[in-house]
Amino acid sequence: MKAGLDLKARLGHWSVPILFAVLCLSGILVARITPSFLLGEMLVRVSRNSLLVLALVIPILAGLGLNFGIVIGAMAGQAAAIVIVHLKLAGIVGFGAAWLIATPLAIVLGVATGLLFNKAKGREMVTGLIAGFFSNGLYQLVFLFALGSLIPFKDPDMLLPQGYGLRNTIDLTRIQYAVDDLIRFQIPVEGRMLRVPVATYLVIAGFCLFTVMFLRTRLGQQLRAMGQDDHVAAIAGIPVERNRVIATVMSTVFASWGQLLFLQNIGTLNTYNSHEQVGMFAIAALLVSGATVSRATVAQALLGTVLFHTLFVVSPLAGKALAGDAQIGEYFRVFVAYAVITVALVLHAWQAKTRRATA
Amino acid sequence: MKLPAALREFGLPRLLIAAFLAALFAVAVATKMNLAILVEDCIARVARNGILVLALLPAIQGGLGLNFGLPVGIICGLIGCVVALNSGIPGVAGVATAMGIGVGLAVPVGAAYGWLLNRTRGQEMMVGTYLGFALVSGMSIFWLLAPFHNPTLVWAIGGKGLRTTLSLGGIYDKILDRWLAFDFGGVTIPTGALLAFLGLCGVVWLFFRTRMGITIAAARSNPRFAMAAGISDERTRVQAAVLTTVLGAIGIVVYSQSFGFVQLYTAPLLMAFPAIACILIGGATVSRATIGNVLLGTILFQSILTTALPVTSQVIEGDISETARLIIQNGMILYALTRVSK
Repeated sequence: MKAGLDLKARLGHWSVPILFAVLCLSGILVARITPSFLLGEMLVRVSRNSLLVLALVIPILAGLGLNFGIVIGAMAGQAAAIVIVHLKLAGIVGFGAAWLIATPLAIVLGVATGLLFNKAKGREMVTGLIAGFFSNGLYQLVFLFALGSLIPFKDPDMLLPQGYGLRNTIDLTRIQYAVDDLIRFQIPVEGRMLRVPVATYLVIAGFCLFTVMFLRTRLGQQLRAMGQDDHVAAIAGIPVERNRVIATVMSTVFASWGQLLFLQNIGTLNTYNSHEQVGMFAIAALLVSGATVSRATVAQALLGTVLFHTLFVVSPLAGKALAGDAQIGEYFRVFVAYAVITVALVLHAWQAKTRRATA
Repeated sequence: MKLPAALREFGLPRLLIAAFLAALFAVAVATKMNLAILVEDCIARVARNGILVLALLPAIQGGLGLNFGLPVGIICGLIGCVVALNSGIPGVAGVATAMGIGVGLAVPVGAAYGWLLNRTRGQEMMVGTYLGFALVSGMSIFWLLAPFHNPTLVWAIGGKGLRTTLSLGGIYDKILDRWLAFDFGGVTIPTGALLAFLGLCGVVWLFFRTRMGITIAAARSNPRFAMAAGISDERTRVQAAVLTTVLGAIGIVVYSQSFGFVQLYTAPLLMAFPAIACILIGGATVSRATIGNVLLGTILFQSILTTALPVTSQVIEGDISETARLIIQNGMILYALTRVSK
């Protein structure tokens, strides 16, 4: 009996990623997507997004739920990108400088977010979401209005013609592929050269390793204990409130670095839009792997990124092949992202309720 | 520093926001703007958005928290609008049909929403937010594929898929706003829309004095006590969800007729947030709200939203009003979320 139960539990555990894999696969077949095209797209997309998804793991294990506040970290990353463009730094030096500038900014913002979460216990997720919107307002206030008027800043290439406020797009060509091309490696696929961002994958691997190792440290164990039951953790003498702030800071810093890694691949910064969807897509990607609001692993972050971005590439093409309209596919992938998050939230709250009822 | 009791009662956030509004009007006076037009726009906007704010009240009173899932009701109303438009019913009958279909849909949909919120207790706000998002994006696919063929509604090229905005011009554009409208010192009062808003406020006020209304509020304020009195809060929460969804559906029909357009696709996605900011600015908390909060909040926040753009553009180049809206709206929601409430 036990083996049967075990199998059922396992199937349940894997049902979400399996469903998604089937969805992706049928999309690939319908749209007749060639493996080489998909491989090329995925190599780029996974390298762009993995770190942002990884940023979500630690707060989940610490019991904070899905950190919708990573948008704030992404904004810190963008602020750093803006600074290095202004300083005309280029290449890997420029990218390194951006990480250095982003870090203290992300720490400060992370502490603020963490304190906010402590004041809104049990409502961290919705608070994070709203905090993201709120910060977006502050971000606009700084970069669209204060820069060049209240904050002295003269750079006609970056400012709007009116003399203050940044332009809607900022060219990041100077740091484009700074990490991706650090180790140049290209493989010929069907007659064209495919860029393999080896160094970026090494960086991502480094962060995976760091997260795994961190969770084995004393602090990491404390965070996991808090994730299990923060009352018991508090009684056991774990400084719960402080550790929650630390988890939020780590997530925010990761997100700022992740956003910079994303931007160095894209090569342009949409000053006022690049960060808006970061939270939603990273969270949906993580959840697609079967991770939940209270459980996530590094492996799930990677698996989820691959699956979600496969769907992202496939669905407009499948929509076009099926209904002759790519727009349907576009709506479909947004719908899937939201629906995945909704289902995960419902399941989480539902199970929490059942646990309470049986306890 | 302690504020005088009367001011503390009024609340610091409200005070700041009222001061901001006063400052906007001061600038308007100083730059010799046409005040009558400004006031007229404010009143029109209050009447337009009021019912959507009112829709949040039953959810708060019923213990569901801030109803970020307002788009669930809005979508029901939009379906009503589209069906009514598709059959080409003009005038009052058109509005009535849209409302009728909207409410008819909102009752079962609201019940289902309430059922789901009962199963996801403690995470109602998050579930509501994302259910709304998912529904709006799912409906985008529906609008694109739905079998509507009225040439005034579908894209001219291709002949299928609803347009993003459907004009109500000549059908029932501003029909409530114009009903009994009169001039008062150069300000046109949209009597019909105001009456619809205030009338529904009255209905909701009365409802919370009926047996059903009292049980809904009682179950929220003390579920155990209510249970002892034979009230199941699972039931009252579903009733609250139905009410908020129904009012959301009516709200969007009134909004659309006043706006002159029915907005489909992603338009309803973020509509819950300004409405929530309104009721909070009016003094509601995550667990308590009154009709007074609805009225005061709608007047304050909608007036700011209306005046901010024309007034600030007199002083600053570029549209700072949208940024101000983001900060005020979400700052207010954050403030409410971080306040300890039982």
